[in-house]
Amino acid sequence: MAGIEVTALHKRYPDGTVAVDHVDLSVRDGELFVMLGPSGCGKTTTLRAIAGLERQTTGDIRIGDTLVNDLPPAERDIAMVFQFYALYPHLRTRDNLAFPLRAEGLPRAEVRERVDEAARLMRLGPLLDRRPRRLSGGEQQRVALARALVRRPRAFLMDEPLTNLDAELRADMRTEIKHLQGELGTTMVYVTHDQVEAMSLGHRIAILNKGRVEQIGTPLEVYDRPASLFCAAFIGSPPMNLIEVEVADGKLRSKDGLVFTPPPGLPRDRRLVAGVRPEALEVTEPGAERSVPARLISAEWLGDEIIYVVDHGGRRDVRVRMPPTVRFAADAPVGLRHLGGTPAVYDVSTEELVA
Amino acid sequence: MAVSVDEAVGTRPARDRTPRARRFGGRGRAVLEVALLTVLAAVMLFPALWMIETSIKENRDVYAIPAKFFDFKVTMDHFKDVFVASGGGRSTLSDSFLNSVVVAGASTALATVLGVPAAWAYSRFAVKAKKDQLFFILSTRFMPPVVVVIPIFLMYRQVGLIDTKLGLILIYAAFNIPFTIWMMKGFVDEVPAEYEDAAMLDGYTRLQAFWRFTLPLLLPGIAATAVFALIFSWNEFVFAIFLTSSDSVRTAPPAIAGLIGGTTVDWGLVAAASVVFALPVLVFAYLVRRHLVAGVTLGAVRR
Repeated sequence: MAGIEVTALHKRYPDGTVAVDHVDLSVRDGELFVMLGPSGCGKTTTLRAIAGLERQTTGDIRIGDTLVNDLPPAERDIAMVFQFYALYPHLRTRDNLAFPLRAEGLPRAEVRERVDEAARLMRLGPLLDRRPRRLSGGEQQRVALARALVRRPRAFLMDEPLTNLDAELRADMRTEIKHLQGELGTTMVYVTHDQVEAMSLGHRIAILNKGRVEQIGTPLEVYDRPASLFCAAFIGSPPMNLIEVEVADGKLRSKDGLVFTPPPGLPRDRRLVAGVRPEALEVTEPGAERSVPARLISAEWLGDEIIYVVDHGGRRDVRVRMPPTVRFAADAPVGLRHLGGTPAVYDVSTEELVA
Repeated sequence: MAVSVDEAVGTRPARDRTPRARRFGGRGRAVLEVALLTVLAAVMLFPALWMIETSIKENRDVYAIPAKFFDFKVTMDHFKDVFVASGGGRSTLSDSFLNSVVVAGASTALATVLGVPAAWAYSRFAVKAKKDQLFFILSTRFMPPVVVVIPIFLMYRQVGLIDTKLGLILIYAAFNIPFTIWMMKGFVDEVPAEYEDAAMLDGYTRLQAFWRFTLPLLLPGIAATAVFALIFSWNEFVFAIFLTSSDSVRTAPPAIAGLIGGTTVDWGLVAAASVVFALPVLVFAYLVRRHLVAGVTLGAVRR
């Protein structure tokens, strides 16, 4: 097992597209590290560079203490799981699992032992004699995971492994992957565009955008204090409300009367935006204490909660997360109230967190 | 999921549940349609039928007026004449058939060996100005081949390729390579690149990964592409007649055409030679018909 260090990674394709602009990552030994970002943000390219499937234009990659820049994928001692599983179609499950071990030239008895172990771990017993074509998507993915396991690599690389599964199965596999990683304690780098997956799996999350790292932090850090407006909009469903504010009388005030406690160390001379999570706001009866007048535009009943879309006279409508018991009629006049706490504050021009 | 090209062809369209009669607007219309299609088929197929019939008629029945459709004596003499010279030994026609086999086979093999790896490279790698390159490759097929016959003839005369099988093989391969690259690129695109990635992580080089994992999945596509190339080379007439002259080099199309002319034309022999000539490609096309459909409809079928 080993940590992974990526330093000043830059990847430019011959046709001129820059897939990765500048990425620094430090994945700790035994960590489940998630790279999250929209398509085209460079997360997969970064992963493929770590795997050795792409050669970076500049920058260094270290796995453990080894500089692996010039090593072919096979010599990096890593295993990768792909979005399309990439099980060899002409081989039965058993041989798919044994394949990387035979390629290494391990003795037959050990191959058998390791395959059985991985099959037990991923509960593949009844599937061992089937070909990939006869397996369901979930089963194929379990086989792909097992094929990564048998190698006992220093690190696992996962390239959107759950994207092709249906929602229910995806949740199950998520739990399974997390459990497995915890049990084996192997370093894992996991690429996804699904923020729920990232939040539920990762020890730490790196949010990438346009080939750069926007933020690295634990799921809670990333959720509570997104480092940029991009992260604020990307994490959370519905996303953070971004409300233009000004500093006046030691408070943050929006044009329409909402008042927030300012975080310490705010610069005064810049245009600011407060990032307020939907659950930090509350829809009240009109005229309630500390509330501003507003109007309900729509409501989304999700069963366990209601998302109210509220027009409070600001530039953008805000979204408010409420328990399902609190119900207001559509288009009714209501009040909007902040529940307290200090919001994250962003500079409009740099789009970065200022305090 | 694992994908093979066969799957792209295997699915049948959902059955149309509308009753026949209602779709066509009444039984009478259906009958009319079938009748018209039958007439059309008869007209289209008549030359082929007449060719087959002529090839098994005796000479006096061939020239009989009015023409005999059904009551003639069947003879295989013409087919014998195709292969055996009148004085015994092999006929020049059989030589030209052999030349056709050699030229078409070799040019197809050459186009496949060069075209498939090129298609793989265009499919897998980020190549500078890839689209322009592919367009340039395709553009060589835009012009009718006949317009380059004269320049090719002059060039071949300079390098001594006139009246050689090698010359024909090279020119046919040159025409087939762009086609092979384009058609094979479609097939390679359908095979997920992850197979190669996975194989590389398992310890193979990129070329080994291609050879051991991608290539076997491409075989149906290669077969379909090769048949198209083979048919082109087999049927090609213009270059064959311009670039070859001797009986020992000449391929079948100009050789058969050469039978017509002079004072008398042995139509029975012409027809028999044509039947023999048409058979191999028909058989090939039949064998790979499923994959031919896959090749023609490539891109139309989404997974």
